[in-house]
This record gives sequence, structure tokens and C-alpha cells, in this order.
Amino acid sequence: MTLKIIVPVKHVPDATGDRCFADDHTTDREAVDGLLSELDEYAVEQALQLAESTDDAEVVALTVGPDDAVDALRRALAMGAHRAVHVSDEAIHGSDALATSAILAKAIEHVGYDLIVCGMASTDGAMGVIPALLAERLAVPQVTLLAELALDGGTLTGRREADHATERLRAGLPALVSVTDQSGEARYPTFKGIMAAKKKPVESLDLDDLGLTGDQLGLAGARTTVRTITAQPPRQAGTLIEDDGEGAKQLAAFLAERKFL
Amino acid sequence: MGDVLVLIDHNDGRIRKPSLELLTLAGRLGTPAAVVLGGDDPEALAVQAHEYGAATVYVAEAPEIADHLVVPKVDALAQIAGEANPAAVLLTSSGEGKEIAARLALRLDGGLITDAVDVLSGDDGPEAVQSVFAGSYAVVSTVVHGTPVIAVKANAVTPEPVPTAGRTEQVTVAFSALATSVKVVSRTPRASEGRPDLAEAAIVVSGGRGVGGQEGFAVVEELADALGAAVGASRAAVDAGWYPHSQQVGQTGRQVSPQLYVAAGISGAIQHRAGMQTSKTIVAVNKDPEAPIFGLADYGVVGDLFDVLPKLSEYARAD
Ligand SMILES: Cc1cc2nc3c(=O)[nH]c(=O)nc-3n(C[C@H](O)[C@H](O)[C@H](O)COP(=O)(O)OP(=O)(O)OC[C@H]3O[C@@H](n4cnc5c(N)ncnc54)[C@H](O)[C@@H]3O)c2cc1C
Repeated sequence: MTLKIIVPVKHVPDATGDRCFADDHTTDREAVDGLLSELDEYAVEQALQLAESTDDAEVVALTVGPDDAVDALRRALAMGAHRAVHVSDEAIHGSDALATSAILAKAIEHVGYDLIVCGMASTDGAMGVIPALLAERLAVPQVTLLAELALDGGTLTGRREADHATERLRAGLPALVSVTDQSGEARYPTFKGIMAAKKKPVESLDLDDLGLTGDQLGLAGARTTVRTITAQPPRQAGTLIEDDGEGAKQLAAFLAERKFL
Repeated sequence: MGDVLVLIDHNDGRIRKPSLELLTLAGRLGTPAAVVLGGDDPEALAVQAHEYGAATVYVAEAPEIADHLVVPKVDALAQIAGEANPAAVLLTSSGEGKEIAARLALRLDGGLITDAVDVLSGDDGPEAVQSVFAGSYAVVSTVVHGTPVIAVKANAVTPEPVPTAGRTEQVTVAFSALATSVKVVSRTPRASEGRPDLAEAAIVVSGGRGVGGQEGFAVVEELADALGAAVGASRAAVDAGWYPHSQQVGQTGRQVSPQLYVAAGISGAIQHRAGMQTSKTIVAVNKDPEAPIFGLADYGVVGDLFDVLPKLSEYARAD
């Protein structure tokens, strides 16, 4: 039996660019070059490692997003994913996390799965809620924020670094996991991998294919609405001094003035 | 204005400060009602919740809550919210807090906002303020359909005691089939070494790659202890194995907004800034005058941290 692993990935604007908003208050995806969210690379890596340690496994990269989002899938394929699924539809634009999770969940059911491996959060919206929303919708165990992960037969184990404790978790398949940037460096695609990725299949789906209608999705169906967006004046640089032996003393005077000493 | 449910995060019979902040925020939006799940001493927690304005405290205890993550708490909150029909539900924007919030929003067919840095009362319900793209924009959002479920970051407000005579209600939760699907095999609380928790600390002193090694963190810890501060680290320092990941500040670590943040040997990459730039006062010590961290520091010292930090600790102790 083939172990089917799905990795939902996101195409995001490069965090080192000047990210901004479009007129309709959605993230401007034209202004800055896009890439596979770095935090999803860790998910692809863990999925590939699990697949490599199993006799028969398939890793499917899945994304919901506009045409450009296929670049994120190509990157996952170049890293070693076997095939990809791209859900794209005009009506999706502006979907909030709840709606996005509805589309992803349908697509995941369409593909079929034993295990879903997510990144811990996107690097743009950074809510980190899609894994929990998917687990709720698909009614599978949620084993999230893992720094370490292992699969033995049908049993998953993992180490979660929670805010105040380290937790060891265990669940059976089918299940959903998310992995953090502590889970292990993601591989860099090789030239051979990049060439091979060009020939790997990318299945394109729209909402019709998934039996979804647009009214619950997109900007119109969003449960939250943005009232205002205000550019924050960048923090002003304050005093900068050179330490000539008196640096600590001057800094102490500043801290005393602000009542920290 | 109706009840505003607050999920209480607690430890050792005490409500954690971020949850007290939520009770204060809830008071702006309606009548605060606290939900206390698990814990050794729910009565003591209920007393504290009343002190900070909770008119009703819902208490549920069950082995499912202690031994499993997320879902049992979602089950409990969904059941309580189903009966109380709250005007909003507030949770802390921690890893588990956001996951609970997300699943709860789906169950209640409501709307979800996470990472709020403030919540205000508006004409159309709560208005949540978020700081996005590493602090470049402030976004104000409202929920337009169903119950607002809002996860709020620590340090949004100063908690204010509002002693309230109230009632405590014991709740027996009907858990869902998935409640026990993930087993917590073991839980090892992290040793705090007597320092305040990162999210709650008024002062945070962080070290980066410039600290040079595990031993180098001694000067960072010395300053932290002189100031009564928590110790933070950049990912570079964590990845090098010099300091535990639990203390990482940034996009994939903890997000802090203390009164004072001291960055030593940290360049100020955007992912680090995402975790600290809402700090009230920022101070940086770095050898490189061009380090981006100086662009947001209220006070910067160009110098060697191994010279500056020990002397500063002396001044702090002499004080
Ligand atoms: C998806 C993603 C998530 C990330 N998440 C995080 C995160 O959560 N937190 C985080 O911190 N980073 C994160 N990063 C990494 C981030 O991009 C930087 O690589 C990291 O913050 C650099 O750490 P640093 O400032 O300690 O090291 P460096 O950038 O190497 O800076 C070291 C600084 O120390 C100074 N220095 C050296 N010696 C001394 C001395 N003796 N005295 C004074 N100054 C000295 C140098 O001048 C330099 O400015 C993330 C990156 C990615 C891609």
C-alpha cells in the first residue's frame, strides 16, 4: 500500500522585499517577487524524509493560489515531491483562513491521503492556523508544531516545543502534522531535481472540480473585514554612540533617565 | 453588551499575566466571563478571575483536558459558548491558543482574528488591531459574521483589578471522538532558572551570533539578572546550540513586547524584528555601526558586547 503524504504549501511575497497591500486590502502579490514560503520547505523536507524511509510512498504538493503560485509547487517538485495539485479560481481571491482551509480540505479529500504535513505558519499572513483548521475539517488527529517527527507503521510520534513545556505526542494515521523550523534544514534542489521537476505532473483544479461554490469564499464570503490599514512610520533611530570606554556609562545614564535603573 | 468569554491560561494555581490582560480587554467589550479548564486548584483560579472582573467563571476538570492537546479545550469552549452565546471569545495568541481559536471559530461558525495587539469596542462589535509584515502596517479588522474569536498577543494592556462578586459554574463537558486522538506521552516543563517568562517580562536581554558561543551567554545572563529580565536569543544563536529554542525571539520563536529590549550581538534581521519591534524602548550593542538593529534602536552603542555588558551590569547592580 502506498503511503500518501500531502504537503499543502503557500506561495508568498519575499519577506526581504517591501511587502504591501492592494487597493482591496488583500496582500499585493504583484509588488514583490513570490517564492515558496520558507517555513513550508521544512514540511516538504520532513515529508520527503518520511517517504524515503518507507518502501512505497508518494509525496503530493498542493497549493491554492493564483497562476504564479505554481512556482511554489515547482520548487517542492524540484526538492523531490512526486506530483503537484494547483487549485486556482477567480472566486478564491481574498479568501480568509477559514475559507482557504475549506478549499484545501476539499482538495486533500480529492487527492486522498494517509498523512498531511504542513509548515508551522506562512511567512506572510503568519497566522499559523491552517493546520488546526484542516484537522478540524477533516476530523483527523492534529499533531502540530513538531520539532521532531517519526513514523513507525501506522503510529506517529513527535516532539512539540510548546511555550512552557516540551511535549512528546503520539497519534495514529491518518493524521495531520505541522513542523517548525527546528525540524531540520530543508534540502536545496539539485540541478537534476530542477530538470526533473519540469516533467512532473501538476494537476489543475478549479472550484467546480471540488464541488465548491464561490459564495462562501473570496472577499465576499470572508468572515472578517479589514476596516483600515495604516502604514506604520518606521521606528526612528535614536542616539548612536561609539564606545570609547564610556559606552556602558552613557547607556546606563540613558536607562536611568527612562527609569529602568 | 453580552458576555465575553476568556480562556484562562494558568500555571501552578496562578493565572498567567496574558490572561489577566484578556480579562481587562473583555471588560471593554462586555461582561468578562472566565473559562478555567483543568488545573490543580480551580477555586484559587476562580478567585483571581473574579478579582480581575470576571462575573462568571466556568470551571471544567477532566483527564481529557490534562492528557490531550487542543481538541478537549475546543470541545469545552464550544459547549460553554453554545449556552452563553457570548459577544466574543478571547484567547492568548500562543501556539495552542491560536489553534484552539481556529477550531472554535469553525465550530461556532464565527470569524477568526489572531495576533491582535489591541482590541477596542466598536459600533459593529470588537475591533482588533494587528501589526503585520513585521510591523510595517497596522490593520484594524472586525468580524462580520458570527461570534468573533480573537487571539491576542501578550502585553496588549496592563491588567487592572476590578474585584467582582460573581458566580462559579461547574461544567461537565461532553467530549468529541477526536478529543483523545492525540496522546501527550510526556510533558517536561521548562526550568525557568528563576527568571521571568519571556512573554511576561518587563525587560528582555537577548544575545545573538555576536555572543560567540554558549559560554558567551554568561554576560547576557548577568545583565538580565541585574535588571530582573528574561533572556532571549536570536535564531542564529539557537541554531548554533548556544541557547535553548524556548528562548528564541522572532517570527518562529516567541514574540515579545516588553518595556525594554536589549539586543546584544544581534544584527536585526526582519525575522528577528518581527518578534521584538513592538517593544517600548529598544537598546542595541553591536560592533558594526551599519547593523540594521541600530535603525530601530532608541539608544545604540557601537562596541564590543564583552566590554559593554559587564560594565552595564555593574551600574545596574550598584543601583
Ligand atoms: C523563515 C525564517 C524564520 C526565521 N525566524 C527567526 C526568528 O524567529 N528569530 C531570529 O532571530 N531569526 C530568525 N530567522 C533568521 C534571521 O534571518 C537571521 O538569520 C538571524 O536573526 C540572525 O541572527 P543574529 O542577528 O544573531 O546573527 P547575525 O546576523 O550574524 O548578526 C550577528 C551580529 O553580531 C555582531 N557582533 C559580532 N560580534 C560582536 C561583539 N563581540 N560585540 C557586539 N556585536 C558583535 C555583528 O556585528 C552582527 O551584527 C529566520 C529566518 C527565516 C528564513
